[in-house]
Amino acid sequence: MGEAVIHEDHHDHKPTGIGRWLFSTNHKDIGTMYLVFSLIMFFIGGAMAMVIRAELFQPGLQFVDPQFYNSMTTVHALVMIFGAVMPAGVGLANWMIPMMIGAPDMAMPRMNNMSFWILPFAFTLLLSTFFMQGGAPAGGWTMYPPLVLQLGDGFPFLIFAVHFLGISSIMGAINIIATVFNMRAPGMTFMRLPLFVWTWIITAFLLIAAMPVLAGAVTMLLTDRFFGTAFFDAAGGGDPVLFQHIFWFFGHPEVYILVLPSFGIISQIIPTFARKPLFGYASMVYATASIAFLSFFVWAHHMFTVGMPLAGELFFMYATMAIAVPTGVKVFNWTATMWRGSMTFETPMLFAIGVLFMFTLGGFSGLMMGITPVDFQYHDTYFIVAHFHYVLVPGIVFGILGGVYYWLPKWTGHMYDETLGKWHFWASTISVNVLFFPMHFIGLAGMPRRIPDYSTQFTDWNMIISIGGFGFGLSQLFLVWVVIKCIRGGKKASNEVWEGAQGLEFTLPSPPPFHSFTTPPIVTNATAHS
Amino acid sequence: MRDGTRVTPKKLFVFAACMFGFGYALVPIYDVLCDVTGLNGKTGEVSQVEAEAKNVDVERLVTVEFDTNVNPGLPWRFEAAKFKMNVHPGEIAEATFVVENISDKPVLGQAIPSLVPPLASLYFDKTECFCFTAQLLKPGERKEMVVRYIIGPELPKDISIMTLSYTFFRSLDDNDVAVSETKFIEAINTKS
Repeated sequence: MGEAVIHEDHHDHKPTGIGRWLFSTNHKDIGTMYLVFSLIMFFIGGAMAMVIRAELFQPGLQFVDPQFYNSMTTVHALVMIFGAVMPAGVGLANWMIPMMIGAPDMAMPRMNNMSFWILPFAFTLLLSTFFMQGGAPAGGWTMYPPLVLQLGDGFPFLIFAVHFLGISSIMGAINIIATVFNMRAPGMTFMRLPLFVWTWIITAFLLIAAMPVLAGAVTMLLTDRFFGTAFFDAAGGGDPVLFQHIFWFFGHPEVYILVLPSFGIISQIIPTFARKPLFGYASMVYATASIAFLSFFVWAHHMFTVGMPLAGELFFMYATMAIAVPTGVKVFNWTATMWRGSMTFETPMLFAIGVLFMFTLGGFSGLMMGITPVDFQYHDTYFIVAHFHYVLVPGIVFGILGGVYYWLPKWTGHMYDETLGKWHFWASTISVNVLFFPMHFIGLAGMPRRIPDYSTQFTDWNMIISIGGFGFGLSQLFLVWVVIKCIRGGKKASNEVWEGAQGLEFTLPSPPPFHSFTTPPIVTNATAHS
Repeated sequence: MRDGTRVTPKKLFVFAACMFGFGYALVPIYDVLCDVTGLNGKTGEVSQVEAEAKNVDVERLVTVEFDTNVNPGLPWRFEAAKFKMNVHPGEIAEATFVVENISDKPVLGQAIPSLVPPLASLYFDKTECFCFTAQLLKPGERKEMVVRYIIGPELPKDISIMTLSYTFFRSLDDNDVAVSETKFIEAINTKS
């Protein structure tokens, strides 16, 4: 690409004022909006977690009544999953995928605008339930009937919020697939795609396959409550257990929807800072696809205790164990990428290594629970809370944070403050382990989840966990500080940003022009990322 | 804009719509699986003639226990006349239940059966049951109800005891069903 092209791009018409954001069809602006929205939701969901940890600091009821406590756990989960993690992944995809494949923008820019702007409305519906008769959803984010049907006026708001979130993410997913399938630069073959793009294609397919099933399940809840159907109502011949099957048919692919983008991000970061190409590129692609495929056949491991025939329990146990194989391939490849690399440890790399260590730890406790007979002890205790927070926070949130640090200089044109970044990483890593590791112990000792009070023998660990929780919450203020400081100024970032950075996004100036790659670049074996 | 950019999204939207339908298709698929595996203890139904044609295995005795529950939305009392009985596989047996409406209104109730162990439900059939239809009880009315059942002689040898559980719900066809549900939800909300 010639200098003249870039020069012209700089003078391209850029809308101003609020209209730039409301009517934006620019993938970079929409990506920014997704990321900012996700950060706001991260703090709203985090505030709810702080209420939970404050209540659990001591046994007995201190601050909130049990109904409100249950609303906190329920809405914390919904906000973090659908408001913080998923939009962060879509935001990164929006910003990076067109630049990584040499496309000028997403395939359907107007739909892109719509899929973002649905989100604030969906969360307004969800969060408004706090001010309604009967309060916010309190029956758990899994919305099991018959409990969820007893929610007050907020019930239809919960259902429609889930519908909107589903529509938003399906549209986002369709856009991503359409972009990657049709708008790659000449020479950018599928097996030359950066791994972040690959993980997002697979995530997008999971979204399109799983989200409509969730939409169906919540629609059945809606008609059960208001229109006299009896899908889950035993009085009319329905079965509440059926909901659990349908929900987890969505729910298990959903956990890979959350984690695969994080896998993609660290597959970009580790080669950069190890200054080596990614080890086993093709096996990474196939492993990701296998994980996604297998994720549709393991759902019942979330409900081993519900009463299933022995053959069913065994099938779901073995299928669950099988997922450890492709996941193991990925962990091996990341480790092998670092082997004998010229490694440096800038903040993105620290977060990536954090993911590698702590996601694997969460994976191990997952394997423990995949073993049917022992799961009967772990089910609905703090052990499962420890497991899914290990994979979600240091596994996924750290991946997203690593991605933000990795690409922040590219987005803003300034290097972020490395010292503050390292403070953020170490404060987060220490506090996240103080927060979640002891949950394994109290879980094995029998402390149940979703209860605002506990037996006094759990007091010491709960105090330590709460201190870790407050520490983790405060540590995230470093992130806000770093990002604001980086937007306002700092050392000028070069095109490559990082010494070992590869890929088309690092051929563009930092920050990239408002419209990039209006003339597609030519990709050859030598310039391909893999 | 390349052709693909128009075609790909259309295909994907169709795929998403199909998956929405698949969510609903899981409902009948689940029912079939329950029938095949005995999951959830859904018991079968046979005619009197079919039941009489079965051979009685006088060598074996199987214990059947009865468990009765009333859903909180229903103002009824519900008990088994005898809590357990011993039967031969292949023999037509009869159990009696007593139900009483303790409210001052007529109420329509529906009983839902469930049998454990689930595997046994594949061999447990009824020729007559009060659970086949909804039951109407006048205010204060007390009624004896019968279930006539047969355990197939093919019942696996390791099953010697089973529990038949009934839960009475307010029928969805009951006139007061909407009222009672609203009251129930209100009660929960005011309690919190």
